[in-house]
Order: sequence, then C-alpha cells, then structure tokens
Amino acid sequence: MKNSIQVKGLHKSYRELHVLKGVDFEVEKGSIFALLGSNGAGKTTIVKILSTLLKQDSGEATVNGFDVISKPDNVRQSISLTGQFAAVDDVLTGRENLVMIARLRHLDNPRQVAEDLLTRFGLIDAADRKSSTYSGGMRRRLDIAMSLVGNSALIFLDEPTTGLDPEARIEVWKIVKELADNGTTVFLTTQYLEEAEQLADRIAILHEGKIIVNGTLAELKKLFPPAKVEYIEKQPTLEDIFLSIIGKK
Amino acid sequence: METIKNYYFRDMGVMLGRSMRHVSRSMDTIITVTIMPIALMLLFVYVLGGAIQSGTDKYVNYLLPGILLMAIANSIGYVSFRLFTDIQRGIFERFHSMPIARSAALWGHVLTSLVSNIISITVIIIVALIMGFRSPAGVLSWLAVGGILALFTLTLTWIAAIAGLSAKSVDGASAIAYPIHFLPLISSAFVPTKTMPAGVRAFAENQPVTSIVETIRALLFNQPVGNTIWVALAWCIAIMIVAYFFAMRVYKRRK
Ligand SMILES: Nc1ncnc2c1ncn2[C@@H]1O[C@H](COP(=O)(O)OP(=O)(O)O)[C@@H](O)[C@H]1O
Ligand SMILES: [Mg+2]
Repeated sequence: MKNSIQVKGLHKSYRELHVLKGVDFEVEKGSIFALLGSNGAGKTTIVKILSTLLKQDSGEATVNGFDVISKPDNVRQSISLTGQFAAVDDVLTGRENLVMIARLRHLDNPRQVAEDLLTRFGLIDAADRKSSTYSGGMRRRLDIAMSLVGNSALIFLDEPTTGLDPEARIEVWKIVKELADNGTTVFLTTQYLEEAEQLADRIAILHEGKIIVNGTLAELKKLFPPAKVEYIEKQPTLEDIFLSIIGKK
Repeated sequence: METIKNYYFRDMGVMLGRSMRHVSRSMDTIITVTIMPIALMLLFVYVLGGAIQSGTDKYVNYLLPGILLMAIANSIGYVSFRLFTDIQRGIFERFHSMPIARSAALWGHVLTSLVSNIISITVIIIVALIMGFRSPAGVLSWLAVGGILALFTLTLTWIAAIAGLSAKSVDGASAIAYPIHFLPLISSAFVPTKTMPAGVRAFAENQPVTSIVETIRALLFNQPVGNTIWVALAWCIAIMIVAYFFAMRVYKRRK
C-alpha cells in the first residue's frame, strides 16, 4: 500500500450548497500533504469525510486501505484527528486530558504516555493546571499532543496554526516536521501559503469544489514561469501561483 | 468491530470519570444540586414548617421526597450545559474520530447525571436524618424509592439531552431547566394540594411530580401505594421513551 489516502470523485452538499464537486487526490504514505484553500473552500469538509465524521454524497475515499463508509471502525483505529478548533477539555488539566485519551486508546501505561508527551511538547510545567488557563499556543500543542497518543499512522491537522502568534506557529511547524521524520503521514489543511511551502512534500489547492492544482512545490513553481523584470529574475511565490490560478491577478 | 465492543464498559468508565470531574470541580453545580436543596429544607422545616399543615407530625418527613425531586430537577440544566459545551468545543468530534463506540460519549453524560444525583441525594438524606427524619420503611421500600428516583433522573436527563444536543447557544441549552424547576413547586411536594385554588390544584394533582412525590411518601411511610405508583411509573416511562427517541434522533443527525 503506497498511498495513505485515496480520494476519487468526492461530492458533498449541505442542502443546496454544493461544496465538493468531484475531488480527487492521493496522499503518499509517510509524506506531508497540504490542502490549501481559502476560508469556506471545503477543507474541513474533506477532513471530516476522511475521519468518518461526515458521509460524502458520492465518490470514494480510502484511508489506510479502508473505505470510510464501509470500514469506519478500521479507519478510526488508524488515524488521529486534530480539528480546526482545539478540542481539549478545559476543566481537566493538560495531564488529565492526555491520560484520558491514552485510556480511551487502551494503552498499557497512560500516565507514562502523558508524561512523555508533556515533556516533549514543553507543557510539563503547566501539566497540572486546568487547560482553560493555557495560552492559544499551549492549547494547540496540547491538542496535537492528544492526537499523538497511540502513534497513529496518519494524522489530520485542520488549520493547526490559524490564530496562533508567529512564535507558536513555528513551534507547531517543528512538531509537524518531527512527525514526518518519524514516518507518520500528515494531512494538513491551511490558508497560509507560506505554511504549505515550509512543510509540505505535496500541495493541493482546493478551489470552487475541485482540486485545481496538485504537485510538489517545484512542480507548482514550474506552472508559473518566473517573471522577468529588467535584470533580476523574480521567483514566483506560491501566493503568485495561487492568485494567478484562481484568476485574481 | 470486536475490540470496540470488548472495551465498551471500560471506555464508558473513562467518560464517566471525566464528566464527574466537571461536576465535582464546579462549585456552582454543587451549590445548586446539593447545598440549595439542603438550605431550602432547613428553611421550610425551621422557618415555614410550623405554619404549614401537612397532616404529618414531623414536617421534614412530609418534605423530604419533594426536596429530593427538586435536587434532581436542579441538576438537569447542568446536563444540557455539559453536553452542549462538549459538542461546541469539538470534544465529541474528537471522540467520534477515535475507535470508541459512537454512543459512549453520550451515555457517559447520562451515567454522570445518574451517579452525581445518587451522591447528592445520599448527602441530602443524611442531612434529613440529622434533622430528625425517620422512616419505618424496609429495604424493599427503600429500593423501590431508589428505583423511582433513578427513573425520574433518567427521564429528566433525556429531556436535557435533547436541549443540550440541539441548542444553538449556552443559554438555550440551560433554558430547559426553568420549566422543570417549577414542577416540584406546583405539586404536593411542599404543601398538600387541597388548599390550592381550583385551577392550580387541578394542574398540581395531575402533573407527574405529584404522583411521584405521593408514591415515594407512601413507600417511605408504609402506606398503600395504590394506583399512584402506576401513574408515576407511566409518566416517567412514557416521557423517557419519547425523550430518548428524540435525543437519539438529534444525536444521529448531528454527524
Ligand atoms: N454543517 C454545515 N451546514 C451547512 N453548511 C456548512 C456546514 N459545514 C460547512 N458548511 C459550509 O460549507 C462550506 C465549506 O465549509 P468548510 O469545509 O468548513 O470550509 P473550510 O474548512 O475550507 O473553511 C462553507 O461555505 C460553509 O459555510
Ligand atoms: Mg475549516
């Protein structure tokens, strides 16, 4: 099995709003895949379908070799989801949050798992404080740490850095890179072109219900020949490519 | 899948432990469901009790069943509130994307409601005993009382679940509590219905809380329960089934 995710002809509507109009893409095992799209493009909808929270209207989606409709339990067994808004239990401490997830994943030593993750994510000093007292960056780190409990082969990160300050954003990037170095497949959505450029092996742009571009950063740059300006050759940024493709430039 | 079934009760235990912490760490919840009913019991017995003609020699004996129902009714707004915040914060989505039975998250809340009410009711009964409450009832009668209280709790819990699962705002989620708070007040929980004006009396005598209160009183004081127990059970079971059905429908439609 070469691909962690395989999506073909995905359609999804909310009542009369047709959000996904035939989405196709593949995510290679062990890679970081960035799904890029503006607000309301349908990124979260795709994440929810792939993590079995939502059913597509038509089309096929396979995650770690399991069909999301017919084998949802197997899919859930093999993924972790970090949703768009940090899903931590505010009443519990950081440690209790992690222990809870470790118990629900039926691990042998929940306390040790929690301790290790708290250390790794720089949360050990705040471990026994209610997570409602955490800063945005700390909450996000705890949220991601909760998704790492149990070492799933594939992790979904839905806009992991939206709303974070630059410093916290760089910390999250470091975490994502480490994950990929350890062989975890990362499916990431973002509105930030720079984020995709920084992290992703492959970038797909979702626009008006379809994937309009899908390739490596190098491939994407080739689509857009460098602009010649007098005597300096200017490399297009991903932003230029994006804006040019969706026709806003 | 096999493993999910095997772990069902263990997972539910984790869910229960988690939301029991939400109860025990909320001073507001503890005050409303335990301290306030106790304060009311003190108020009624030591301030108003002398003036109320309950027809029993000790007013606390007359009052306790109503106080217990009131404590349960007071807890119900918090059930919706906890459910609502779990959904809004994305906690349910996190659980639903994990290999856990879908219903475990919801049943965790139902179980929490049951367990936290058992605790607060036990505390209230202990205080009542200190205040001089005495009952000649045997073990079987007490068990029946426990069963009816549990049924009443479950009935209200499933009503609360509908509100918590479908509300659009926190206020909406907790609003369900207000009409429920009133039911014990307009019943025979605190005073006999015979002194009430006709319209109010008709409502009081025919609403569910009165039949439940009367049944519990009869059981506690070894009086014949007659038809009242069946009326009480019918109310609870019928409302519970309807509420459960609607709650499940909302729950399934959410995802
Ligand atoms: N449950 C829903 N009901 C109705 N419309 C929805 C629902 N969820 C999302 N939408 C709409 O679908 C579109 C895509 O949403 P979403 O997948 O969240 O986009 P993104 O994550 O890319 O910002 C948006 O226009 C959004 O308003
Ligand atoms: Mg989104």
